[in-house]
Order: sequence, then structure tokens, then C-alpha cells
Amino acid sequence: MSTPVSAEKKEKISVPFDYNKYLRPNKLPHIWCPGCGHGIVLKAMLRAIDKAGLEKDNIALVSGIGCSSRTPGYVDFNTLHTLHGRALPFATGIKMARPDMKVIVVTGDGDALAIGGNHFIHACRRNIDLTVLVFTNAVYGMTGGQYSPTSPLGAIATTSRYGNVEPPFDTCEIAKAAGATFVARGTAYHTLELEKTIHEALAHKGTSVVDILDACPTYFGRMNKYKSATHMMETMEKDGTVSVKQVDKLPADKVQGKMLRGVLHKIERPEYCEQYASLVQEKAQGK
Amino acid sequence: MGEAAKKLPNIVINPKLCKGCSICVDFCPTNVLEMRGTCVAVKDLAACTRCQLCDLRCPDFAIQVFD
Amino acid sequence: MVENKRKLLQGNEACVEGAIYAGCRFYAGYPITPSTEIAEGMSVRLPKIGGRFIQMEDEIGGIAAAIGGSLAGLKSLTATSGPGFSLKQEALGYACIAEIPLVIVNVMRGGPSTGYPTGPSQSDIMQAKWGTHGDHPAIAVTPAYVQEIHSETVRAFNLAERFRTPVVVLYDETVGHMREPIILPPPGALEVIDREKVTCKPDEYFPYDERFEIPPLAPFGTGYRFHVTGLNHKKDGFPTNDSKQIGAGNERIMKKIDNHLDEIWKNEEVDLADAEIAVFAIGSTARSARYAVKEARSQGIKAGLLRPLTIWPFPDKAVTELSKRVKAIIVPELNLGQMVLEVQRCSKKAEVTGIHRVDGEPINPGQIIEAIKKAR
Repeated sequence: MSTPVSAEKKEKISVPFDYNKYLRPNKLPHIWCPGCGHGIVLKAMLRAIDKAGLEKDNIALVSGIGCSSRTPGYVDFNTLHTLHGRALPFATGIKMARPDMKVIVVTGDGDALAIGGNHFIHACRRNIDLTVLVFTNAVYGMTGGQYSPTSPLGAIATTSRYGNVEPPFDTCEIAKAAGATFVARGTAYHTLELEKTIHEALAHKGTSVVDILDACPTYFGRMNKYKSATHMMETMEKDGTVSVKQVDKLPADKVQGKMLRGVLHKIERPEYCEQYASLVQEKAQGK
Repeated sequence: MGEAAKKLPNIVINPKLCKGCSICVDFCPTNVLEMRGTCVAVKDLAACTRCQLCDLRCPDFAIQVFD
Repeated sequence: MVENKRKLLQGNEACVEGAIYAGCRFYAGYPITPSTEIAEGMSVRLPKIGGRFIQMEDEIGGIAAAIGGSLAGLKSLTATSGPGFSLKQEALGYACIAEIPLVIVNVMRGGPSTGYPTGPSQSDIMQAKWGTHGDHPAIAVTPAYVQEIHSETVRAFNLAERFRTPVVVLYDETVGHMREPIILPPPGALEVIDREKVTCKPDEYFPYDERFEIPPLAPFGTGYRFHVTGLNHKKDGFPTNDSKQIGAGNERIMKKIDNHLDEIWKNEEVDLADAEIAVFAIGSTARSARYAVKEARSQGIKAGLLRPLTIWPFPDKAVTELSKRVKAIIVPELNLGQMVLEVQRCSKKAEVTGIHRVDGEPINPGQIIEAIKKAR
């Protein structure tokens, strides 16, 4: 049914991993439904954080509202569960007050791109050093399965019973156009690759955005005739994406209609807090 | 390297955390696991290759494979 | 001895000086008339003293970033006006339930909606208390003079830190754009309350510890790792569905204010000792009222002024007491009847009448004198 991870395994596999090092005691089981991809993404994030050697005291994990935004509750960092769409400005305030802290934002596609869309593009424009993980399940799960800004055309949701007539956003294209200096996509299916991508995002100075495709079997899956979480992972995440490293080697028909995976955009540009710090230094000296 | 001497892995399942999504069962390349009711169980430990896919794709922190 | 500095400042400029005096080191906001001078001033002043300023992409972003900055340990300010105050309401409620100190300035302009951006108004008085959904504590201070904008901004920061709650500084456009000579007090002249330091061991720290009336807030990144949410929560900050804990939490954030009313209330009384007619007014209207009361006195009418500098929590006690010894209370306000409802609620005996104006012009002393004469 699936290929073993032997190829990935060669590069020092990070499991079994002691997740308890970063989880808060007695907070599991989490609230996510059976088969929900958020838990897979959370695990990849924790392994990436560990690999990055970050101190728990020095991490702020900020989220908005929605299923994925419940992530901060489970992890032993400085955690902030904010308002729908507003994780980025809250995180911006923390980062400006404490530029030495690693500020990570966990947000859903609806949270980041619909109600929080304006904050999203402006965080990218500023290139403020935030690691933004967008859990993209193409549906509003917390409220019971309404279509989201990344729901594909034709997708069935409780508010698009006859098929979604709105074209979806490409999160990575928006991030890139808005000025983010690190833009990547991963999936819950490619979990080791995701861990690596998040690790790279954490190491990047500036706004880094990782669009993470993961499945909502309860709502998106059931309404769109997917048989199971596994079926969603195989069709949407595995077959629906192609690695940016392979895209040039593949024939056009193998790439058609697929989303690119991996690091899609990485450039160097002055980071906001550093720019501001040099301004402060200049002005404090009375210039 | 005789088969008899092969050390079996230790697959640790936390039934309190398993939500029965069957992702681990479906993705196991050697059919080590099976669903028993709403919780995963080991069916064929000897077949386990320690590939770790079950752990990697488990959303619920419910399964880990140790040497 | 450090000399007092005398300066000619605009109200909004005095607000900037007050904030910096109080130790504010982070400003996040969005431009809006008639409060923009506060953002402009903070953007110039903060970098020079090691503070940080950011112009956010919208009003909601402004207050959200300010809450984030405060949670990370900096005294934080955001400023706005009516339409922006409407947009900030959800986050204001967040700061209430998460108990994050914060100062929000609302320089009131005409409404509703975009209304009259350059005209004075006092029509956000009720919004400052009831604007965000759910029951929540509210503190709002109402300076009427440029000097007072400075000192009340300092007091607002003190109240925010002392009570771990957002505090609104509410003044109308007239006061915000008025220029008056003010004395900038030297350090130490005004009380400045800083955030209570957390000293316990990290594993003994609970951000909403019910053993405290006002639990101290450990800034993010100081070794106390905890959870903050806008959901009803337990003492450890994690969400709860337990009705007992939901009720207790909601009541505690109200009681921490209600138990300290005398500390929060602040009124100025003018000629009230023997007054038969009282005027109850704030902001620019109180300036007209002060003149009107003096004028009435010169005409032999025993008039006086009660001027609250804290409008929320409402000065129930002062109004009730006053109502027992005066014949009438006149409430001039730049709206169609907001404070007057509260004064009526608190009045035990005196007749309460309002003077209301929403044409973008101030209430002048003549209107008030007329009302005083009528009430006699």
C-alpha cells in the first residue's frame, strides 16, 4: 500500500522520539478527531524544534482559533491561544518586545487566509522573524465543515452543498508575493520531509511560511467521498503533490494539477526586528 | 545471522491515546498491525522492520517502536 | 532639584508624554483621526529611549500586537478613535479575560460609523463599558485638560498594571487637539506602578491563581511557561468546561475591580458644598460646565460641578450622595443620552436632566447656564 521510508531513513531517522520532553503532562488525548492530520504535523514540529536545539523557555507558540489553533495547549512552551485570525499580530507584539525569543505561529487555512488574511500578507511584507505553520485541511473543522479559502473548486462542504464555486488560494504563492523570505510546503503524509522543512523554516531569519497539507477525514473526507484518513493522505497528500526536487525530471502529465512540495522560495532580506533594532541604536545615540 | 537470534522490536501502544483511525495499520508495509475494535494491536511482531512509519504517521502519540 | 518643564502641548502630545512617563515602551496602532498624533509622537519618541513602535495593518492588529507586547513584558499602548475603537472591541475583551494590562486611548469623534472624523463627541462612553461582548470589567478615565491627559494617561497605566486589565483613556477631539501650557513633571513626581514581579518557582506558578485577588503576571520568556487563552480557563490558564470554574473566573475578574472602587474612582468637585443645582460632566463639556457654574454663582444661583475623572466604573457613590443634597443634576454630554442614564440610575432624589448635542459642535456654557436657571 505504501513505500517504506528506507530512502529517508538513511539520513538518521528521528524516531522513536521522546515527545514527552515537549508535551504538557496530562493534556493528551488531544481534541482532534480520529485520523486528523494535525497530530502528525504537531509531532513533526516537535521533532524539528528538538533538532533545532531550541530552549523551551525561549519559544512562544501563538495560535488563532480553530482546530489547529488548539496546538499550543499541548506543548510546554510559552503558549498563547488568541482570537480568530489574529495570531500573527499577537505574535508580532511578542517578537518586537522579545526579539531574542523564537516565535512560532500555528494557524489554520481559514484562520490565516480568510479572517486573518490581512495580517498574513503584512507579516510576510515586514519579513518579521516568525515561523508560520499553516495547517491546511481545506475546511473549517471546529464549526462543523464549512468551505475554506483553500477548498478546491467543486468541494462539498456544509456551506457548499452543491460544490464550492470559489477558487482556492495558493498559500505559498500569496506568501511569496507578499514578501515572505522562506516559503515551503509539506504534507502530513511526508512526515520526515515535513520535519526537515520545519527545521529549515525555524533556522531561517525572517518570515517563514510552511503550508502543510493535512487531512480532515471527519468533515472534508466524509463529504467528499474519501473512504478514510489513509485514503485522503494517499490521494491528496501523496498523489496530489510533487516534490520540487523532482518536478523538472517528471513528464508534464505527472505534474499537471499537482501542488509543489518542499522549499519553494528562499531569499535573504533584512529582518524587521533587526532593522528596528538598528534604528533604535541610531536614535538612542542621539543622531 | 540466524532467524532465531533476531531480536524482536518492542512496539508500544497506548490504548488510552489510540483513537482507532487505522492509519498505522494501513501504512504498515509488512502488515504487522491490525485493528481490534477501536484500538490498534500487534498481529505479527516478527514481520516488523522497524521502519517507524506507524509512529511517524500516528496522529495520536499512541504507537512507538523501540529496538 | 529637577525643574518642572513647562511646555505648550496638544492633548494628544501630552498623551504621548504621559505614556512614556508611565514607562510605556511599546506602541502598536493604526492611523485614525483625531488620534493620529499619538501614533506619530510615539513613533518619534520610542526609538530614542529603546522602546518599539509599529504601525500595524489595521486597528485589530494594533491592539493584538499591543497585547502581545504586554504579555512579553513591555507596558503597551494603542490609540484610536470611534471606528477603530469598534474594531478593537473583540481584542479588548480578550485582554479582559486573559487579564493582560494594556492602555487604549479613544479620542472620541462624531459617529455612528465614519460619522464626523474631525468633530468632537462623547458618544463612545457606553461603548467603553459595553462595547465588547460578554460581561467583563471596565475601567475608563476621562481627562478634560491637556495637563490632565498627561497625568491620567500615567494613571491609566498604573491602573492597568495594578489590576491586570485593559484601561481606556477616553477624551473628546476638542481636548485631544487643544493646545495648552502644561508642566511636564520630573521623574518621581507622579506615582508609577510597575508590574508585580513573580518570584515563586516555575512549577508553583499559576497565571490565574485564585488564591490571589489579582494574580501576578509573569512575562513570556522569563522561565514561567504557561498557557493563555481567551476561552474560560482554570487557574493554570487551560480551557475548562467546568461550570464552577467558569463562573468563578468570570466573577473574579469583575470583583477585582468592584472590590477596589475607592482606589479607582476619582472626581473633581467644584462649588458643590452648598450647591442646589449640580452639573455632571466630563471632557470638553466639563470645561463649559465649569464656566457655567461660576457664571451661575455670579448671578446668585448655588450651582456646582461634579466632574468624574473615572467614568467606568461609574461613580455611583458620588452621584447618589450628591443626589440626596441637590435639587437637580444636569448632565451635558456630546451624545444623545448616555451618561444621563447612569446618573438617573444613581440619583435617589434629585431631578436629572440631560443636555445633548450631536451636531459636531461643543456644548457651550450658555446652554448649561440656561439649563441651570430652568432647574432652579
